[in-house]
Amino acid sequence: MKKKQLLSSQDLELTLDRLCHQLIENHDTFKDTVIIGLQPRGIYLARRLHKKIVALTKNPNIQLGELDATFYRDDYRKRSPVIPKAMNMNFIIEDKNVVLVDDVLHTGRTIRAGLDSLLDFGRPKKVELLVLIDRRFSRHLPIQPDYVGKRVDTIISQNVKAEWQETEGNDRVWLILNDEL
Amino acid sequence: MNSLSVKHLIGIKDITEKDIELIFSTADNFKSIINRPIKKVPSLRDVTIANVFFENSTRTRISFELAERRLSADVLNFAASSSSVKKGETLIDTVNNILAMKVDMIVMRHPSPGACSFLAKHVNSIIVNAGDGTHEHPTQALLDAYSIREKYGEVKGKKVAIVGDILHSRVALSNIFCLQKLGAEVVVCGPPTLIPKHIGALGVRVEYDLMKTLEWCDVANMLRIQMERQDIKYFPSLREYSMQYGLNKERLNSLNKKITIMHPGPINRGVEITSDVADSKQSIILDQVENGVAIRMAILYLLAAKSE
Repeated sequence: MKKKQLLSSQDLELTLDRLCHQLIENHDTFKDTVIIGLQPRGIYLARRLHKKIVALTKNPNIQLGELDATFYRDDYRKRSPVIPKAMNMNFIIEDKNVVLVDDVLHTGRTIRAGLDSLLDFGRPKKVELLVLIDRRFSRHLPIQPDYVGKRVDTIISQNVKAEWQETEGNDRVWLILNDEL
Repeated sequence: MNSLSVKHLIGIKDITEKDIELIFSTADNFKSIINRPIKKVPSLRDVTIANVFFENSTRTRISFELAERRLSADVLNFAASSSSVKKGETLIDTVNNILAMKVDMIVMRHPSPGACSFLAKHVNSIIVNAGDGTHEHPTQALLDAYSIREKYGEVKGKKVAIVGDILHSRVALSNIFCLQKLGAEVVVCGPPTLIPKHIGALGVRVEYDLMKTLEWCDVANMLRIQMERQDIKYFPSLREYSMQYGLNKERLNSLNKKITIMHPGPINRGVEITSDVADSKQSIILDQVENGVAIRMAILYLLAAKSE
């Protein structure tokens, strides 16, 4: 299995800073905006962004949620059941702007499930999508991100993995090439 | 990996401790779902489930039906009392006819012990046991253990007394298996005529004195006297049973600790438990009912995944 580094820890830091500034540009002080990370891997990105935005806007009250869309997936019963991770949505999203955060956007199916799951918590005013890596040309559904860390062109047999200090001990993004194909 | 080791849920005896932990952690998620404004998820929208009840039930049937609906499954209710079973149709024929209409899972309650495992052997479907005679009632045991875990953080090392009609109780048998797999200590208590002869072989202690049992335990699970299964007299009168084995406020207050009171329902108020105890702060009877829906959602969710 070969792998190629897409983002180093320095690159990632720069990208996160840029994403934060873009978010602040559109959402000002985040008075009516909440950040929601998608379980399992989007939450680390969401936590990082949240921390940076709190420091930049000096608004300590920005809400951060963690959403699990396992029960809303459309591939249930097509593979072994995924056991959901903890959900953390202790605020009201009614009439809020929601920034949905995930690490890698591939087919769009996870985001579709995430949107359905989100709407069961209320009716947000607006939902935007932020992803660290956008795997272009591989979408199964008409879903596009509003904020993108990096766009990459990949084929379906490849894999993109974002690693975090909290889980793997290092901030890096890899393109994993499956050389059997 | 993340799936149950069994295809059907016939009894707690067949499942492992890991299965139970998996059911509990899945139920945690469903518990948070049933406590939010929109209590529904679309997971089982392509699954049809038949609830086949050959015996009366309120809690279990409603709880299963709610669990099914909250998972977005299609639900079919079948009560034997108003069906062609009365005309002499056999169990396998009845169930195969239901399955021919493209039903994916069967939740069954039956008065004969072993009816569910018999069915699992002879029909091609997923069977969930909702109580078979005096044999097992696995979902009840799971929700009881889950309620203990919720109250105390864990089941391991807890002292649980099961009091009452042990002889006719499927709840008792399933509870014994489940609690022991999770590492709790179990004592059964009741009049000698209502304690099965060889129950000691399961590794439980038998106690005939209610007060001694209550002094020992952390949790007391009070069972109903199952008059419908008693063809002979096992004790002189309900009044006498109540005097010996009924739990009242006086007895509860005379203990020098606060124990938790459970009851699988239906309660016969004034027989095994008095109203003031059943409605007291120490009772978690209604929490058990709430947890029942979450536990059943978890079981159906995990079993349905096995059908593909």
